[in-house]
Amino acid sequence: MPHGFEPLLDYFIVSTILFAIGVYGLVTKRNALRMLFAIEIIINAANLNFVAFSRYLTNPNVTGQTFALFSIALAAAEAAVGLAIIILVFRVNREIDVLELRRLRG
Amino acid sequence: MVDIVFLALAAVSIGASVIALEAREIVYGAVALGVSFLGLAGFFIILDAPFVALFQITVYVGAVVVLILFTVMLIRREKGVKTPAAWERGVGIVAAAVLAIGMGSVAFASGLQTWVAPQGVQVSFREIGVQLLTQYWPILLILGLVLASAVMGALTLAKVEREEK
Repeated sequence: MPHGFEPLLDYFIVSTILFAIGVYGLVTKRNALRMLFAIEIIINAANLNFVAFSRYLTNPNVTGQTFALFSIALAAAEAAVGLAIIILVFRVNREIDVLELRRLRG
Repeated sequence: MVDIVFLALAAVSIGASVIALEAREIVYGAVALGVSFLGLAGFFIILDAPFVALFQITVYVGAVVVLILFTVMLIRREKGVKTPAAWERGVGIVAAAVLAIGMGSVAFASGLQTWVAPQGVQVSFREIGVQLLTQYWPILLILGLVLASAVMGALTLAKVEREEK
């Protein structure tokens, strides 16, 4: 039996668990870097859904893979800018605890 | 019947994600994040998407995780960040559980478990290139601009910070 022929639900469950882990991280973590980790995990869960659903269509096509590629490239850009912002905030405030960064609070 | 490879990949990616968020030292967390990305690349391989898997390894494990590791080396301030209080952790776990159970029940109700991959069909990744250059060329163009502006933005942020010093 070739690999990768589980029901689509199995992939959806894995993707949902990853998404829930990411949401948990975003809600609880106060370290800006850990929040970035959580965002990356959520984006990966979405990518898994793109690829799995496009493979399980009646006529499988590569559109899901194409959009997963777009998503990966966007996530790389987001990580670059996010890390630059985190480094800048750390240099200015000596702090990456997001609850301690209150300068922008109205 | 669940495939052993599928189970192993699921265990690796989910376990490494939890370790990435919960590891005491953030360096270990960054490494665990890379392991989780590798597990997802394995998923892409068994889903007949080797090009996406290689792209994932190149961009995520090769670039993003290395970038995160450099940032972690620059920022040695994990000690100062307070660990979340018990009730904050509880709120997070409840939010995650509600989301997971809700989405899972919707998936069960929609009959997703009856979907099985069509066998004997090969998806050629050559079509990705065709799609990128015909149907989705505006997205490709805009994505290039977004990447360029992201790099310029990151460089600008770094430069301002060096002048201040």
